[in-house]
Amino acid sequence: MNGIHDLGGMHGFGKVQAERNEPVFHYPWERKVFGIMVSTMAQGIYNVDEFRFGIEQMDAAHYLESSYYEHWLETVQKNLVEKGVIKRAELEAALRKAKGRGRAGAPKRRDPAMAQRLLEIIHKGDHYMRAPVPPRFKVGDAVRARNVNPPTHTRLPRYVRGKQGVIECVRGTFVTPDDNAIGKGEHPQPVYSVRFNGTELWGAQAQSNETLYIDMWEQYLEPA
Amino acid sequence: MKKGNAHGHHPQPLPDVALRVKALEALLLSKGLIATDAVEKVAEVYEKEIGPLNGAKVVARAWVDPAYKERLLKDATAAIAELGFSGMQGEHMVVVENTEKVHNMIVCTLCSCYPWPVLGLPPVWYKSPAYRARAVIEPRTVLREFGLELEDSVEVRVWDSSAELRYMVLPRRPPGSQGMTEQQLARLVTRDSMIGVGEAKAPRKAR
Repeated sequence: MNGIHDLGGMHGFGKVQAERNEPVFHYPWERKVFGIMVSTMAQGIYNVDEFRFGIEQMDAAHYLESSYYEHWLETVQKNLVEKGVIKRAELEAALRKAKGRGRAGAPKRRDPAMAQRLLEIIHKGDHYMRAPVPPRFKVGDAVRARNVNPPTHTRLPRYVRGKQGVIECVRGTFVTPDDNAIGKGEHPQPVYSVRFNGTELWGAQAQSNETLYIDMWEQYLEPA
Repeated sequence: MKKGNAHGHHPQPLPDVALRVKALEALLLSKGLIATDAVEKVAEVYEKEIGPLNGAKVVARAWVDPAYKERLLKDATAAIAELGFSGMQGEHMVVVENTEKVHNMIVCTLCSCYPWPVLGLPPVWYKSPAYRARAVIEPRTVLREFGLELEDSVEVRVWDSSAELRYMVLPRRPPGSQGMTEQQLARLVTRDSMIGVGEAKAPRKAR
């Protein structure tokens, strides 16, 4: 979707502000959101593309005003509700209860086996590569990123659409995010590293001697 | 730490965000979908165990061992696993090498893709709209703000991590680091140099 998350090439955000000696998490609630996300995704309740699509559907102004882990909170809640794991009403009731508890946190529940399982998944990973599908393009082929504007999830950013590039290499066969994000199945297809010249992307505003590489699913490309 | 400024640098959370998290936590605990110790452990792993020190070890090994470097550039996932690092958000690794003529930098314009097993969780600036918007259209200006001034003759390669591949930069070995051990070299490797917005630190003459 042509959402606010698709930021490549936009102006107006000011300087990049790096924080010195930044902690991994800034607030205790961020650690919780992180742990809740890993726990629920690892159980297969939702997939990574549904997770990303959930963030993309946030209100655009809220997206910009809220911090990173708030985005996570939004999409985790949305996905858990959509998958029927929790209900909005339950969430609202839990919020009223949490207000009542004040500083006291939630009642604790220990599950060392679950903790162990999650650590194993963290070290093993969650693989989206699938059995090879023969690629349509080969290294060196001139290609054009399709000019498409799906209202749903895609990993084809606006700034490359319609632009001409060259196949740098074939990365392998991966689950298609556009379909996987909306329950349409995995439809694995080849992914390519595609090379674009800065001037092709940005015209006269391109900075000198820039090359951009981006990984693209086969359906995002047509022969140039 | 600056909070809630106009440029989207780690904006102040809504006042009730901590409360909303507590509510969700309580609800999921009551359903047995999460466990207090599991949530804690998962966060702790990224605070204490998985971070840029892992990537620094990979880089230092590549600097001292040409055969390892060759494997790293050819099949990064396998070479990184040789040192014991693998897993979530690093399932398919690609390492790109900086040279005199080429400087690489990594971004994710659409979200925040980042190679967790070698660099840990990304810093706030990497996830910020400013970096994601600008890295692709004015990489040299962004690099300059990070203190890195490149000659026009140096090609800047920007890698937008839009798929499930995760990227790490192999920075150049700094001059004056001959004779240093692998462990000493690892201490010169910064997180920023592995994202490609900085260079490895120069060795100090006397320690």
